Amino acid sequence: MTKFSKFNVFALVIGFTFLYLPIILLILFSFNESRLVTVWGGFSTKWYVELMHNQGIKDAAWVTIRVAFISSTVATLLGTIAGLVMTRFGNFRGRTLFSGMIYAPMVMPEVILGLSTLLMFVTLAIDRGMLTVTIAHITFSMCYVSVIIQSRMSSYDDSINEAALDLGCTPFRTFLLITFPIILPAIVSGWLLSFTMSLDDLVIASFTSGPGSTTLPMKIYSMVRLGVTPEINAVSTILVGLVTVGVITASLIGKRQKQQLAQS
Amino acid sequence: MNIKEIQIPTFLKRIFNGRNTVISMPYLWLLFLFLFPFIIVLKISFAQPILAMPPYTDLLKWGESWWPTIQASFDSYLFIFSDSLYIRAYLSSLKIALISTVLTLIIGYAIAYSVARAPTRWRGILLMIVILPFWTSFLIRVYAWIGILKTKGLLNLALISLGIIDKPLIIMNTDLAVYIGIVYSYLPFMILPLYANLEKMDMNLLEAAADLGCRPFKTFWTVTIPLSLPGILAGCFLVFIPVVGEFVIPDLLGGTRTLMIGKVLWGEFFYNRDWPVASAVAIILLALLVVPIMFYQKSQEKAIS
Repeated sequence: MTKFSKFNVFALVIGFTFLYLPIILLILFSFNESRLVTVWGGFSTKWYVELMHNQGIKDAAWVTIRVAFISSTVATLLGTIAGLVMTRFGNFRGRTLFSGMIYAPMVMPEVILGLSTLLMFVTLAIDRGMLTVTIAHITFSMCYVSVIIQSRMSSYDDSINEAALDLGCTPFRTFLLITFPIILPAIVSGWLLSFTMSLDDLVIASFTSGPGSTTLPMKIYSMVRLGVTPEINAVSTILVGLVTVGVITASLIGKRQKQQLAQS
Repeated sequence: MNIKEIQIPTFLKRIFNGRNTVISMPYLWLLFLFLFPFIIVLKISFAQPILAMPPYTDLLKWGESWWPTIQASFDSYLFIFSDSLYIRAYLSSLKIALISTVLTLIIGYAIAYSVARAPTRWRGILLMIVILPFWTSFLIRVYAWIGILKTKGLLNLALISLGIIDKPLIIMNTDLAVYIGIVYSYLPFMILPLYANLEKMDMNLLEAAADLGCRPFKTFWTVTIPLSLPGILAGCFLVFIPVVGEFVIPDLLGGTRTLMIGKVLWGEFFYNRDWPVASAVAIILLALLVVPIMFYQKSQEKAIS
């Protein structure tokens, strides 16, 4: 009963096939010679070459990377503060509202978030563009970062902070020298999550972006609406590849850090 | 006494101390960019559409007197409740979200349970394999299914060449395709909270039940499932709430007959350019979801502390 049974193996094999088969097929057909996405016409990298000449996609990719970099950095800063406030500041006035504002954006349908943020920009007469997309992305990303920090802090040993404070360390120095290095892996994974979420977002970006700030998902979406082409498969493959390499690298760094901590 | 301390009034010092400054940074950001926009959406839902930029009337009209007159119009709400399309879209969204949450729970539970029962040294890598697709773009994962489910797609091609069917199955642009897309995209959101819960479960309880003669299947129903209820609830909220307002999946995989409120809102905003009706649709959707969202927040707070 408590052992790893045949049913468990079966569930994992079926589950992993379901999760990975669509992505593997997508990657496979990006190397298809034929324009049809279902008939194999031989190996070719011509869709990647074509992609390199597609100025629209290159512009959109550049916009997306800049938005993702800035929004994830600011979101990590604000989200880390929010996570620490929630776990270490005890009770303060408006804590319930604060907690609500952190959890709600994570489940709130994207169409509502996109519409409400856009209407606020319009009311304040702020022109839509890269800045508005960036601000909108910071808002939902910081909530995810805050939750990651909160769950890291829940297993944090308070006595080491107390020891530092007892020995005359100021609260700020205690944070910098003790808390920060310990929660750094959580901060890094919060940044990575924010970055990929900004990279992925279609709905909120569609609402809040203006002319000249089309993001890559918006570009891909408009191409998909016109039909399935190997070129979309090619750009998807590049994105999947980048994210996979990034996530695996990050988890390897995290593992090594853990081992170093265990050794010291 | 220090001169500096005399110059700053105590109440100001109390407001602008380090602690409050730190709290105020994320607090003000969320207040201003998450909560305040909803007040604007509420305001615009009571306006009327006009051909201008921005395309709605002002709620407050400044006349000759020094106070403004309020011009609230309930037209958008009346319109939504008089046209059965909107009501049906809300109900159909709730139905699709409910069914797909149950499907995701069944599949997700089997996977999370199996990962949690795997030998300890495998768990990390197995969980990593489960989460990896979650990091890749949502849009791309939905797009991948178009090539598979199309009438001349890979699934039909495979089934016909294997001789299982002789006419292609019509899955693309139906509700079935939407269910497949939702289950596929939201599976990691279900597996993560379930796994976190199942991994911590005390195995002694299961062994005790087995020792006392309880059969594995009954142990599963009477011990494992009740113990994992917090994980089940968290996973179901994480899937159900966003799926009710889902736009990308019904738009790309569903057909013209697939009614979902996220698609309706998108259409009102981008194609009809009726901002007041789009706002009213959003306010009603929010009203439907506010109770589940509060339950979710409470359960998460409990889980973390």
